[in-house]
Amino acid sequence: MNDFINQLAFGWYPYLAVTVLVVGSIFRFDANQFGWRSQSSQFLRKRQMVIGSNMFHMGILVLLMGHFVGLLTPINVFDALGVSHSFKQTTALVVGGIAGVVAYIGCTLLLHRRLFDSRIRKSSSWGDILVLVLLWTQLTLGILTTFWTIEHLDGSEMVKFMSWANGILTLDPAAPQRLSEVALVYKLHIILGLTLFLITPFTRLVHIWSAPIGFLIRPGYQIVRSRRVGRERSPTHGPAGIAPSYGGDTVMRTALDEGRAT
Amino acid sequence: MKVRAQIAMVLNLDKCIGCHTCSITCKNVWTNREGVEYAWFNNVETKPGIGYPKDWENQERWKGGWIRKKNGKIQPRQGAKWRILSKIFANPHLPEIDDFYEPYTFDYEWLQAAPELQAQPTARPRSLVTGETMNKIEWSGNWEDMLGGEFEKRSHDSNFNGVEKEIYGQFEKTFMMYLPRLCEHCLNPTCLASCPSGAIYKRAEDGIVLIDQEKCRGWRMCVSGCPYKKIYYNWSTGKSEKCIFCYPRIEVGQPTVCSETCVGRIRYLGVVLYDADKIEAAASVEDPKDLYPAQLGVFLDPNDVAVQEAARAEGITDQWLEAATRSPVYKMAVEWKIAFPLHPEYRTLPMVWYVPPLSPIQSAAEAGKISAQDGMPDVRSLRIPLKYLANLLTAGDEEPIAAALERMLAMRSYMRAKSVEGRIDESIPERVGLTRARIEEMYKVMALAAYEDRYVIPTARREFDEDAYVLRGSSGFGFGDPTQGANKVNLFGGAKRSPNKPNMKVST
Repeated sequence: MNDFINQLAFGWYPYLAVTVLVVGSIFRFDANQFGWRSQSSQFLRKRQMVIGSNMFHMGILVLLMGHFVGLLTPINVFDALGVSHSFKQTTALVVGGIAGVVAYIGCTLLLHRRLFDSRIRKSSSWGDILVLVLLWTQLTLGILTTFWTIEHLDGSEMVKFMSWANGILTLDPAAPQRLSEVALVYKLHIILGLTLFLITPFTRLVHIWSAPIGFLIRPGYQIVRSRRVGRERSPTHGPAGIAPSYGGDTVMRTALDEGRAT
Repeated sequence: MKVRAQIAMVLNLDKCIGCHTCSITCKNVWTNREGVEYAWFNNVETKPGIGYPKDWENQERWKGGWIRKKNGKIQPRQGAKWRILSKIFANPHLPEIDDFYEPYTFDYEWLQAAPELQAQPTARPRSLVTGETMNKIEWSGNWEDMLGGEFEKRSHDSNFNGVEKEIYGQFEKTFMMYLPRLCEHCLNPTCLASCPSGAIYKRAEDGIVLIDQEKCRGWRMCVSGCPYKKIYYNWSTGKSEKCIFCYPRIEVGQPTVCSETCVGRIRYLGVVLYDADKIEAAASVEDPKDLYPAQLGVFLDPNDVAVQEAARAEGITDQWLEAATRSPVYKMAVEWKIAFPLHPEYRTLPMVWYVPPLSPIQSAAEAGKISAQDGMPDVRSLRIPLKYLANLLTAGDEEPIAAALERMLAMRSYMRAKSVEGRIDESIPERVGLTRARIEEMYKVMALAAYEDRYVIPTARREFDEDAYVLRGSSGFGFGDPTQGANKVNLFGGAKRSPNKPNMKVST
């Protein structure tokens, strides 16, 4: 039974979560960009927001980067570079610990104002509250794992997670077994993390995809749109690739009947 | 030369009676929705005053508009692109809703539904954000109407710089004017420049600045970027919104709603041709006082054959060129030089211009001493300080304002001589650098202000750009955030939950 749950949570769930994350995000972006936004509540209440949001976002960005690089880089790469496992584990612990505490304080401030500031609470959707509660729980679990990690500074536990993540990425069926022996808090942290992936397309978290890095490389400052530029008009004035549309179906049919159109 | 056309606006403040009809009709058409209850695409302020939102002209505080760097380039006052991105998690210059005001309605239902009580039932104010009862309404969209409130607060008006404002606190020295404000549809908009998503754009065909609601991600940099504070964050949809210059009306040749309904006939709409290649240089001139003449230099003479030729090459139709030659905006701004941009020192090159208001001479006792020629008092003795108007309209340069006021006074005395005394006095227009024909045209456009003289709006030629047939049956843009299927539940989250209670459903 335990094997089954292990297989479910760490063998199948990752694929489900990532698939929903990617396909769901694409589908939502395609279907409804009007609902695609960061949904900032700063305008309604600045208090706690400036410190809270900055701390949370900066912390979480470091954590995200750390997790991606730390987990998805093949172990061989680190070995080839001569980075010892214990050095990597200690670095991850220190950097992740600091970023984690920063993000945790920020998240707590944000959650507090979301729940107890009437303006924010009343204008929040269930999704807005759920996302913050889950993130706060996830940060709590993440910080808790450090107590277990301190006992494995040689990096032995870390290697299990790396080989699991590598295995999932390379479709290795043996990947879930590598996590069967790790402490429960790690398992919960992973499951909740995957759940956050899963819910992303359905919540405000989609704004992560829209991080406006392109702004930095936008030529100049101004943008002008013209209806005329780059629009090659067909002789019949319809959009390219579609049958000439002047006059509509009836006219088209008549034209066909009379042999004027094909 | 890259010729572009813009439908620009002039507001003749001399005739504004501060009735707010423009604001109300605009509100009813465009912002009568959840999330933008507090937003007035068009509002009318009583000046002097700190305005709406509070203190909007204080750019030290809000960081709107552009600054000129030492190397002669301009950048948004809130910072270069990387600085703007660094503020994305929490924008320190973003106003809060309370800087506008917390929107409210009243508990009207209670007046009818209340049981027998010892005291008269009252309609208490309710917040439209939280739905909760508010103890006291602290501020609103037009709190300073008719100089409401004490002078101490109003005196924080930034336009008092260089004016001895203590004097104007005294009752007999008090002055007042109205300032209707809408989006300036600038040639060099900072809101657009600050938008990290690239959602804001200026339309090449008519110069209207719009926010693409599908591309906006709610990073809120435009709100602080705009020095006029005319971008409004919709807290419900999480997107920014702004005045759209009633583009659906403009495209079919109708004036904007605010113009159409203006009872004082103060608004003018017309085509202005401008050279897009000159914008950057004009916005970057060193002395802020040169920004007004620099912007005049960007405008092109529609009667110039070379300009017309270049305009045709850019795809501007003859209908637009013909309208440009009759444009009341071009006449008032360039030919007569009686209209001025609002706060040119923000370097945005605004395209909604203002004719400064005349005012009574300073005090009745002094009236006799004032040098007056043909009933024309010295404009420096008018009750509204020239410096105040200059701070508002020409970055502090009093000369152009004085010349404009003199021309308006000359128009009055010329017409007075003509219609009351029955004589044509050619010396009056000469004295202010006008001709008899021109001053009579000014009278026709500014005083009589017939509908067809005020609004010269060529229609958009969408048939050249777009096949309307394939748009049949489309519903246009909806704020309702509809679901894709029959299910009422939106999988991807819709607009925020409505805090409105049934008893709050009153037409605003």
